[in-house]
This record gives sequence, structure tokens and C-alpha cells, in this order.
Amino acid sequence: MKDGFIPLAAPVARLIEELSKLPGIGPKTAARLTYYLLRRPAPEATALAEAVLALKEKTILCSACQNIAEADPCPICASPERDRATLCVVEEPLDILALERTRKYRGLYHVLHGAISPLEGVGPEQLRIRELLSRLQGGQVKEVILATNPNLEGEATAMYLQRLLVPLGLRVTRLARGLPVGGDLEYADEVTLTRALEGRQEF
Amino acid sequence: MPAPRVYRTEALVLRGMDLGEADRLLTLFTPRLGKLRALARGVRRPKSKLGGHLDVLCHSDLMLARGRNLDTITGAQARHGFPALRGDLLALGQALYVLELVDLFTAEGMENYSLFQLTLTTLERLPDAGGGETPLRYFELRLLEATGYRPQLYNCHVCRRPLEPQDNYFSPSGGVICPSCQAQEPFSHPLSLGVLKVLRHYLRAGYEEARGVRLTPSQARELKLVLGECLRYHGERDSRAGAFLERVKGLPSQG
Repeated sequence: MKDGFIPLAAPVARLIEELSKLPGIGPKTAARLTYYLLRRPAPEATALAEAVLALKEKTILCSACQNIAEADPCPICASPERDRATLCVVEEPLDILALERTRKYRGLYHVLHGAISPLEGVGPEQLRIRELLSRLQGGQVKEVILATNPNLEGEATAMYLQRLLVPLGLRVTRLARGLPVGGDLEYADEVTLTRALEGRQEF
Repeated sequence: MPAPRVYRTEALVLRGMDLGEADRLLTLFTPRLGKLRALARGVRRPKSKLGGHLDVLCHSDLMLARGRNLDTITGAQARHGFPALRGDLLALGQALYVLELVDLFTAEGMENYSLFQLTLTTLERLPDAGGGETPLRYFELRLLEATGYRPQLYNCHVCRRPLEPQDNYFSPSGGVICPSCQAQEPFSHPLSLGVLKVLRHYLRAGYEEARGVRLTPSQARELKLVLGECLRYHGERDSRAGAFLERVKGLPSQG
């Protein structure tokens, strides 16, 4: 049967189509969500619609750290309590959230918006590296923490940045790599175990 | 008898693409099943048991379960993670270039055992070369051979007459062209006799012998150009990792 023959009201069909574009949502889930919204009171649907609109209209990139924010500079960059001598470089805005949850890091961030992945066509020029370098020109930052993911793309990005940053005379550090808390030694791969052995500490 | 639901293979991870919350869609290259795509579930979580064995550039023993569309990886044990390549930006760029070419020159489900072996041995050669490109040149030519694109090096690609020992021309579509046929191939460019001999030697000899050939800087450039044109013609696009590699070479040197 062709789609055109299914007697679906046009607004319903439209929402199903839009929702099914979201990651992890197929046509079945999209239809379920659509009919759920249809049954809910109108204010609830309005609130969702407004939230979606505000997402694009009321967010900007912080001109300093490139994180998604409401204001420029973002609260982290603007905060007087933050240590301006350390800068933590991450791949995605969500990585900041993860680091902030630790409550252990008091410095600033820089979001690259991706990692070098030549095979997928992402080269250094697609990342916010130029912005990072111009930020470091001021000379306030003394240490750059490379917090890219511990996979091939993240390592490539970290090594690439290291080559650019070391000549600037900064302290360049990398997050430690090793065994995850709650993990199991027998399942660890050789690279992780090697790193864990190299980075062992006095106990 | 129905095909078994679970099967084992060794594989080299060529590419990985994030999918869903924590999954990755991997492109694998196997010795007996050729290139295939498979789903690795949950490997982006830090505590994933399989994650470290399934990163790009891992050579691993895998267990896969057949799925309706995609097979799912149920077990993985790394044989070799190539740590020497991962820890060096230049070598890593070279390795990614090798992986990209393999991906570009293979079709899913086509067995190519000799190419699998060639790829593994090339990756093992890269750290010893210390950034030198001989392993790459040797790989490029052998890759063309293993995928059916070996350039013609003994007879003129146009008139089929044996080549004279002189400077000739080269067309990326098929190989060497004698000076009298050159006008018929608009995209050909000059090929010196010295580099023609190097190409012939690389195809005849093993890597150890090929490595012994000393090239002048201009010969090295010419060899790289000739093979690069050939790969671009048959691969139908520029190598992205190749561009990255050139960028890395332009970075300020370490230390």
C-alpha cells in the first residue's frame, strides 16, 4: 500500500515524520509519541513546542569556550571563581556536563565540537582549533588538559593538539587512561592494561 | 542445514561510526569473509567489555551473531592493538591512510585473503620505517595488484608493443604508454625510466628487497605522484587520510 492511501490526518503525519528523524526513533516510536501527545492536554504540547523553538532561538555558542550557552560569555567563562590558568579541552558540550558532575575541576573549558577522524572526513580545520589557539595567545592559561575520548579519534586529536601547543611553552596534560571503576581486569584490552600499568601509583 | 547463528572470524577494524546511545557501527575487514559491517553494542560506555578490543585499527578475534540486517558482535579479544602506531601521530596518519585505501578498494562480502595479509604486514612495517614512506608505496602498488588494477609496466598500455628502455609516459587508467602513443592519452604524464624500474622491482620483489632500493628525492616524489594518480583514478576520490598525513608532516617538529 502506498503512503498516500493511509488515511492519516496531515498534522499527525507531519509530526510522525519529524519525530522519526530523531536519532534512535523509528517510525513506530514516532507514531506512538505522536498519539501520546494528541491525548495529552494542550498546554503540555505547547510547552514541548516552545521548548523546541527556544532551543534554537535562545542558545548561542560562547565566544570563548565554544560551549552552547544562553549568554556570551557563558556562566563558566564569566564566573570569577573559576581558575583561569587551566583550560580543559573536550570534544562535545556533553563532556563538560560529565566533568562538572565530578565537582573536582575548577578551571575553564574549550569545546572542539568533534574529534579528528580523517576516515569520516573530519580534519583539524573542521574543529574549533583556531579559536583555541587564539584564546591561548593571551598568556593567562598555564596548563591545557586534553580531555578527548580515549579512542583512536580522540588520541589523534590529542596528539595533534599537543604538537601545536607544546611550542607555545604551556604545560600540556592528558587525562589518565586505565581501568574503569567497577570494571573487571580479565576483560581489559592490552592497550588499556598497558596504560594502567604505566600510570600505576603509590598505594 | 541453516547457517549457524553464531560465527567466529578474525578481523581488522577499518572504521567506526557512532550509533544510538552507546553503540558503534563498525566496518570490518576479514581474511575469509571480506569486508563486512557489524554492530557493536554499548562499546562507547567506559565499562564496556568489548570496547577496547573494537577500536579502529584493532586486529581482533570476534564472535558474531547473525541479525536480520546487521550482524552483532558478541565477543571480542584483541590480537594486536598496534600501540606503536597509536602513540605516534605520523605513524597513525599513515595507518589511517592504509585503512582508508582498503575500505575504498574493497566491496562488502568479497573475500580477498592476500589483501588482508598485505594490510596486516603493512601496519606492522610502519613503526619500523620511522615515518619513511617506502611501506606505503609498496602497499599502494600491491593493493592495486590485489584488487585487479595492476598497472601495465612492460608493454605500452595503448599499442601493446614492448616498452623501450627510455623515459615513457604514464596513464593512471592503465599504466605505461610509449612516447608515440602518448598523444592519445590526454591525462598521461612523463615517467622516468628509473621510476619505471622501481615499480617493476616492487611488484617482482618481496618487501625486504624493495626496501633496499635507494630513491633520489625527485624519484620518491615521482613514484608517489604516479601511484597517487592511479589510486585516485581507480578509487574515484582523493584520500582524506592522505590529506591529513600531509598536514601532520607540515606541523612543527616535536621537542
